[in-house]
Amino acid sequence: MSAPFSWIRPEPWGVHVVPADCWVDPGRAVDRALVTHGHADHARGGHGETIATPETLAIMALRYRTGIEEGSGEMPSKATPVAYGETIRLPGGVDATFVPAGHVLGSAQILLEHAGERVVITGDYKRRADPTCAPFEVVACDIFITEATFGLPIFIHPPIEQEMAKLLAALRGNRDCCVLVGAYALGKAQRVIAELRAAGHHDPIYLHGSMEKMCRLYEEHGVPLGELRLVSDHTKDEMRGSIVVAPPSALNDRWSRRLPNAITAMASGWMRVRQRARQRNVELPLVISDHADWNELTATIEEVDPAETWITHGREEALLRWCELGQRRARALALVGREDEDE
Amino acid sequence: MQAFAQLLDTLVYTTSRNRKLALIANYLRETPDPDRGWALAALTGELDFPAVKSSTVRNLMKERVDPVLWTLARDFVGDTAETASLMWPEAQGAAPAPDAELTVGKVVDTLSALTRTTAPRELPRLLDRLDVNGRFALIKLATGGMRIGISARLAKTAFAQAFDVAVEEVEEYWHALAPPYAELFDWAAEGGNPPDVANLPRFRPFMLAHPLEDGQVDLADYAAEWKWDGIRVQLVRVTKDGVPATRLYSRSGDDISASFPELLDALPVDAVLDGELLVQGDTQGGAEGGAASFNALQQRLGRKTVSKKMLAEAPAFVRLYDALLIDGRDLRELPWSERRARLEGLTERLPPERFDLSQIVEARDFGHLAEMRETAREEAIEGLMLKRRDSPYIAGRKVGLWYKWKRDPLLIDCVLMYAQRGSGKRSSFYSDYTFGCWDGDPDAGAELLPVGKAYSGFTDAELKKLDRHVRQNTVNRFGPVRETDRSLVFEVAFDSVHSSKRHKSGLAMRFPRIHRIRWDKPAHEADRIEALRALIRD
Repeated sequence: MSAPFSWIRPEPWGVHVVPADCWVDPGRAVDRALVTHGHADHARGGHGETIATPETLAIMALRYRTGIEEGSGEMPSKATPVAYGETIRLPGGVDATFVPAGHVLGSAQILLEHAGERVVITGDYKRRADPTCAPFEVVACDIFITEATFGLPIFIHPPIEQEMAKLLAALRGNRDCCVLVGAYALGKAQRVIAELRAAGHHDPIYLHGSMEKMCRLYEEHGVPLGELRLVSDHTKDEMRGSIVVAPPSALNDRWSRRLPNAITAMASGWMRVRQRARQRNVELPLVISDHADWNELTATIEEVDPAETWITHGREEALLRWCELGQRRARALALVGREDEDE
Repeated sequence: MQAFAQLLDTLVYTTSRNRKLALIANYLRETPDPDRGWALAALTGELDFPAVKSSTVRNLMKERVDPVLWTLARDFVGDTAETASLMWPEAQGAAPAPDAELTVGKVVDTLSALTRTTAPRELPRLLDRLDVNGRFALIKLATGGMRIGISARLAKTAFAQAFDVAVEEVEEYWHALAPPYAELFDWAAEGGNPPDVANLPRFRPFMLAHPLEDGQVDLADYAAEWKWDGIRVQLVRVTKDGVPATRLYSRSGDDISASFPELLDALPVDAVLDGELLVQGDTQGGAEGGAASFNALQQRLGRKTVSKKMLAEAPAFVRLYDALLIDGRDLRELPWSERRARLEGLTERLPPERFDLSQIVEARDFGHLAEMRETAREEAIEGLMLKRRDSPYIAGRKVGLWYKWKRDPLLIDCVLMYAQRGSGKRSSFYSDYTFGCWDGDPDAGAELLPVGKAYSGFTDAELKKLDRHVRQNTVNRFGPVRETDRSLVFEVAFDSVHSSKRHKSGLAMRFPRIHRIRWDKPAHEADRIEALRALIRD
């Protein structure tokens, strides 16, 4: 018998599942990778075999052309889809089950079971309702490996309805302008659009060219986004009084000059901090995040109630401190290459 | 309080100057007295509640939340008021509905009545009645220093714009009035009489200079003076009902009279004089120059009381540059040459141990003047001032009238040792750098001695690159400070270097800033501490 949990090892570039010789969200190309979701700091291209949900594989195919799509033959790689709730048996007697994480389309927590021991890796997750993806499910486990992107007590995300109301009020108050919303191209953009539709906004929404394909992919996966138009196909006058969605990098870029008097908004959990918004010259900060906020991070740990909590990335020091105060066993993993998205 | 909180919040996110002016002007028009006056005082940094300090807020927080979590959050946000407003524990249930009863006026009354003992009890009661934005506004108001990108000048301009009056007139009255500026609003907003500010020893805004970049001026049109290395002051004497009152003001209009009692009795006439405050000595310009180093003056700044010993060892005097008023006559409209003649006349009537005249530097032509400027460093003088002979005395920095022509900075190659996160606009960026010089041969095991700290001189793009460098080359963390591997060389520019007991290296640089980032230069080729010591002029 080997020591408890010796089969799972955190390394700087990912979590190593030793008996299966398999990595979770590795930061460099490996022979076999389990991928929680499609964001670039979790889903790198170039692995020998990629095991992920069908939605995540479709997103990766769109982004990296890993050979999953027919006719795009670059970087051949084996793609193994595992649907939510399904379990795959890996070499060395490790079972992996994919459970919804509520972060973006296809995002999953991965439950690993070996020798009677259970480990859950959340990837990125949130607890709020999101019309674009399946909701987070609590899974009992011994070791809970959690993210901590917004792991500081200052991060409390307001209800999304409140932020939508702010956005729509700005739009109504400035009919000569457009409101340019900076939103991460995978997940945040589609969620903002879907929430706008839910709030009763059915006007055409204009897109930065780089977002079109991802929006189509969401629609193909059953997430209706209403009428979308490309900025490049329309004149300034046509876009007056409209909402335009673009990746954050385009906000202060020359690209935005083609818009009619843009009011710059940004949808991100970081907008909770004024100076973060100022650094980006954001005039209308929208506190909308696809990550768990402080209350949700801590409540989730209490709910899962693991024997041990490992913290992968973000404000790990504060969450570690919280665990210490509640006498919960915890450790921080120093993973490299994880970046704060939107930054 | 809600409208004021809303104003602050919107101002934070507004970048356009015109838009900021419109927002403030609109608030001033629509808000009743005295709230708008208090708000204006807050924006111009004129409010001071001695019982509430940033540390008061910190301590309140540390009693209510875990101190470690507080410190981590404060370090991330980079602003105490904002961190506290976000982390303040709200009563169970929904966020409090903003309390309409709590006006800015009431808040100011409450804050003014606080003592160090009552503040920790009363401040929470106010905070409990406000939402996040309200708490932010309250803490900013209570602790002073808004740091939201609004200068006092901008706020005054907004006031002028709100009521369609001239900003120069506002400036004129401003320093004689106290918050909440009832007389100012009565005059500008309600069409009342202008405030009566005659016979008050009030501050007049300084005339300032632009740097002379690469240009030249014709000495037929401009007079040159040395730029002495002290602090710019304004000495004001006004006699009312036979009783003279004298005040000494710093460049920002702060009353520093108490620190320099020897000057207050020395002015025998009613006047407003502009000059450089210096300590007697022979460092600047030798015996003839008559002034000690800036270091000597620094020992006397910021003191509430001054000992006899200090008065004897470091006697202060004013080297006069200009006269705004003499014997009650306003000279500001006159050309500089006229004012200068009157100033020369006045100086003869003043006690020479307390006042002398800033001498005109005579040069044959501009080239000759440039040569003379080269000697400024050896003389420990900051550089030259160039003043248009026909210029009136105009508050602020008007192009083409006055220029400052500082000597070139000194340069030295240092190695980055520590970095700390900035605050305000740079929160979350590692933007404050401590650097050092080698205490011997770096190839023979010498160590770096920290010699200075700088947080300017680089572009935003360079800041991002430096921030990345720090994060990727951290070898140690001490709270908010990161120690980096000793690999990056900064070419540091500074004005002068002085000996100092406070620093391990035994020296202190003045105005160090990053001149160039030497990504290309190996750290062992940076300068040794001897190179810096050789530049000390004390």
